[in-house]
Amino acid sequence: MLIHHPILGPRDAQEFVYLGDASLIDRPDGMTAGVDAFHDYLYNRTNPAGEHQELWYHEQGDRSWLVVTRNTVTHEITKVELARDVARARGRTK
Amino acid sequence: MVSLQSLTALGKREATIVTHGPMTITERTDVALASLAARKGRMADLDKAAKAAGVPLPGPATHRTGTPYSAFWTAPEIWFVEAPYATHELIADLLKTAFGESASITEQTDAWVAFDLAAADLTPVLERLCNVDFSFVPAGYATRTVMEHLGVYLIKHDLGAARIYGPRSSAESLLHAIKTAAHSLW
Repeated sequence: MLIHHPILGPRDAQEFVYLGDASLIDRPDGMTAGVDAFHDYLYNRTNPAGEHQELWYHEQGDRSWLVVTRNTVTHEITKVELARDVARARGRTK
Repeated sequence: MVSLQSLTALGKREATIVTHGPMTITERTDVALASLAARKGRMADLDKAAKAAGVPLPGPATHRTGTPYSAFWTAPEIWFVEAPYATHELIADLLKTAFGESASITEQTDAWVAFDLAAADLTPVLERLCNVDFSFVPAGYATRTVMEHLGVYLIKHDLGAARIYGPRSSAESLLHAIKTAAHSLW
């Protein structure tokens, strides 16, 4: 399997480490969001059969975090973005 | 007064040179290394300081040679800077002065072992060691990859010249892996 790294081009998937659902980017504010929101963030995942956004780490490369959009049924990868760009687009970091 | 003598990464007084068949492996102890990372929002300042100090800032997956400073890209807005050890032993201090608050600089010289490989064509050796398509990538290509389970930097100067930076504490293992690959060929 190849992952098309947005900076480095196609790289072997073996170079990457899988973390999980990209919703991990959306951590609720611990001071205001309350226990339920944090419980959902920690334990609940949608686990779809189909398109899924995931966090991958380029461990054996430039060590960037990526958001990979992958179809969990066909394993087709349709989009790869830098997690930094995704987080900024969602207003996570300035 | 205590008299200390420096040892190479392989525990010797002199740099190790191994020749096997058409390939020569030369340990480089004459390179000073430091990492250079842009601080948040300070890339423009870093760019300016780099131009003034003569530090090249090559694009992704590339190495650029210069005098005295050469550099290769390691991650977005992060580079490794090389310089001759004899004149730039205190490379981190020199860069700190040049870049001020625009960058975070870390001394790297003693964290790595450097091997220069030389042969007519290094492709058969390197395809046994890592997943980089050595004959396909252009001269000046630099990437992090894995050899013998070790995270290393591989720099291609041309088809017959490459440098490998590996973790210094695993210098012997890395050299052994390169020698084993060479022995399986020649």
